[in-house]
Amino acid sequence: MPPKISPRQEIPKQSPRERSHNFNEVALGYAQQTAVAEAKRCLQCPDQPCVAGCPVGIDIPGFIRKIAEKNFAAAAKILKEKNCLPAICGRVCPQEDQCEKSCILTQKNQPIAIGYLERFVADWDSQNRRSDFGSLQSTENREQKKYSSANCKRPKVAVVGSGPAGLTVAGELAKLGYYIVIFEALHLPGGVLTYGIPGFRLPKEIVRQEIEYVKNLGVEVKTDYVIGKIKTIDELFSQEFKAVYIAIGAGLPEFMGIAGENLIGVYSANEFLTRVNLMKAYLFPRIATPIRVGRRVAVVGGGDVALDSARTALRLGAEKVYIVYRRSDEEMPARAEEFKNAIDEGINFRFLTQPMKIIGDEKRNVRAIECLRMKLGEPDASGRRRPVPIAGSNFVIDLDTLIIAIGTGANPLLTSSVPDLELNEKGYIKVDVEGRTSKQGVFAGGDIVSGSATVIAAMGMAKRAALAIDSYVKKI
Amino acid sequence: MKILHKKRLNKETTLYDLELPEIAGKAEPGQFVILRVDADGERIPLTIADFDREKGTITIVAQEAGATTKLLSQKKAGDELAGVSGPLGRPVDIIKKSRVVCIGGGVGIACVYPIARAYNDAGSEVISVIGARTKELLIFEDEMRRVSKELLITTDDGSYGEKGFVTDCLKRLLTRAKVNLVFTVGPAIMMAEVARVTRPLNIDTWAGLNPLMVDGSGMCGACRVSVDGKMKFACVDGPHFDAHQIDFEELIARQKMYQKEEKVYASQN
Repeated sequence: MPPKISPRQEIPKQSPRERSHNFNEVALGYAQQTAVAEAKRCLQCPDQPCVAGCPVGIDIPGFIRKIAEKNFAAAAKILKEKNCLPAICGRVCPQEDQCEKSCILTQKNQPIAIGYLERFVADWDSQNRRSDFGSLQSTENREQKKYSSANCKRPKVAVVGSGPAGLTVAGELAKLGYYIVIFEALHLPGGVLTYGIPGFRLPKEIVRQEIEYVKNLGVEVKTDYVIGKIKTIDELFSQEFKAVYIAIGAGLPEFMGIAGENLIGVYSANEFLTRVNLMKAYLFPRIATPIRVGRRVAVVGGGDVALDSARTALRLGAEKVYIVYRRSDEEMPARAEEFKNAIDEGINFRFLTQPMKIIGDEKRNVRAIECLRMKLGEPDASGRRRPVPIAGSNFVIDLDTLIIAIGTGANPLLTSSVPDLELNEKGYIKVDVEGRTSKQGVFAGGDIVSGSATVIAAMGMAKRAALAIDSYVKKI
Repeated sequence: MKILHKKRLNKETTLYDLELPEIAGKAEPGQFVILRVDADGERIPLTIADFDREKGTITIVAQEAGATTKLLSQKKAGDELAGVSGPLGRPVDIIKKSRVVCIGGGVGIACVYPIARAYNDAGSEVISVIGARTKELLIFEDEMRRVSKELLITTDDGSYGEKGFVTDCLKRLLTRAKVNLVFTVGPAIMMAEVARVTRPLNIDTWAGLNPLMVDGSGMCGACRVSVDGKMKFACVDGPHFDAHQIDFEELIARQKMYQKEEKVYASQN
């Protein structure tokens, strides 16, 4: 008989009523004793199925054991050996599909809360980092001081894009002794962590701290710098960069191709979220960037970005917010936890609903969407059951704002400036398993390789590429 | 990102030379920058009116029409801006044509200037038509004269040049000269009128658009316009498009999207 396992520790949250009116983080994090109690549930399985489920291979039982022993500094050290951005991953990773899915306790539907524990350790570390941290950090500080002068001799690597993949490759290579310059197109670093994921899921202060950590490893970040325009990749090589890592994300919003998409009040999720998160439109008119959120808002799509948009609209004062998704909740790619949070906050889900036409008024303001009801047919290429329209089931949803969150494509701004970079038919960069592109010295990872995926998937690719870049530079 | 030089062109328009050597080194006619005046400020697109690769400067001309351009106008030479990114947008592909008409309206004259100059440098005969509401608001007259074989001027009120609109001038010009290409930058309504004049005559006509933008790198789609019925992003596919294919009505409506919010902001700041 296995020992009796106590139930999984819940994470305290702001109440739905309260949080739907503010941008503060929904989940409040474990207290120390809760974290220790949760960590003690871990069976410390010898075959470590959770580690196999982690794209960056964190020693999960190892850091959990240190939490159980109340040695949080040691837990943080173990985490950071494999992951430069644990406070972010602890919040936005789809643990239920990765490490926690492989947890032996999942069979009883009570996996160890690996994500909450990761978050706990990362937050503890950022509050206590400077007072007590392992030897890794102090070695890094010494290294950094040694090389901090401008005439440093460390080999230079350029990283294009400062999202999860770019930050990870930069952090990993800096630890290996490289001088890294990250070029970011926007005026703040972080990529999707900054412009995309809202503060109620990932506080901007956390992002700022994690970026500071990467910078402190010896990474320079140049913002407002659009590679492909101000400099080409070849020009970077002529500026003594030995290698270039392209991690620009899949920043090209997709639209549905139906009538009315250019009506006023129709946003891509990218624009909607960028206005709020990067440009702080939620503070309008204290700041200058406006946003239009009417009484009724609909968001098309079923991913995390759709949910983020819907919950942002709610917090900006919308009375009725719909998610319109053409498949059912079963097929929805959004994280289960965020789906539950959205339901608790009162988001209305219209499953098996396909927009056909966007309807505007005489002033070109959006007023409604006409939709068709769907039913599920046979599985498609993605393995999910294909939605099939039900003829004659048209109906109309009245609304004042429509947000389109059906995914992103490959933004060609940079790739079109590099003629010798091989792309696939959809415009994504072709790479081998270690991130090598068709162009010598150029590596790539994250969404511009895989298409829209998760933060941690981008980080996993970046970690493999960092090693490949290191061995490439050593050989030239 | 220092303002090296600032010159008031008239009561609502100011010229700035900005110290941006890397952008100056790459800028081509027809490109723009995204500028922020202060850290939490808006990102606004402004056309590169001129660039000097040796001095490492670009010139922008801004009409104080919104909150951010007004804020910019309060800056002095020597002040730093929060950020400028660029050069953005596709440069105009300058292919020599025997006769090119460049039409600028209002602050758009400064935007069409580098294009007129490039066609002139390429050996085209450039005839320019520039217009403003009134004499005081006419900018870049000397600059345009230098790069044009012929310069025609109109003002709405007749206070300078011919009374009327640039399109009146264009219509007369087209009766006496064979024109291979028309390039126009200015208020959307003016560009729409130019397109209306040249469409029946089948004269290749291009317009430089100025929709609302946020990132300027194709990431958000705020600047989407309909060209030949297809969705285009002005920031990366443009900002210049075949004027005969542009849905100007839609562009004009989308430019006014935040009029109400702009008033709210102005009244509270």
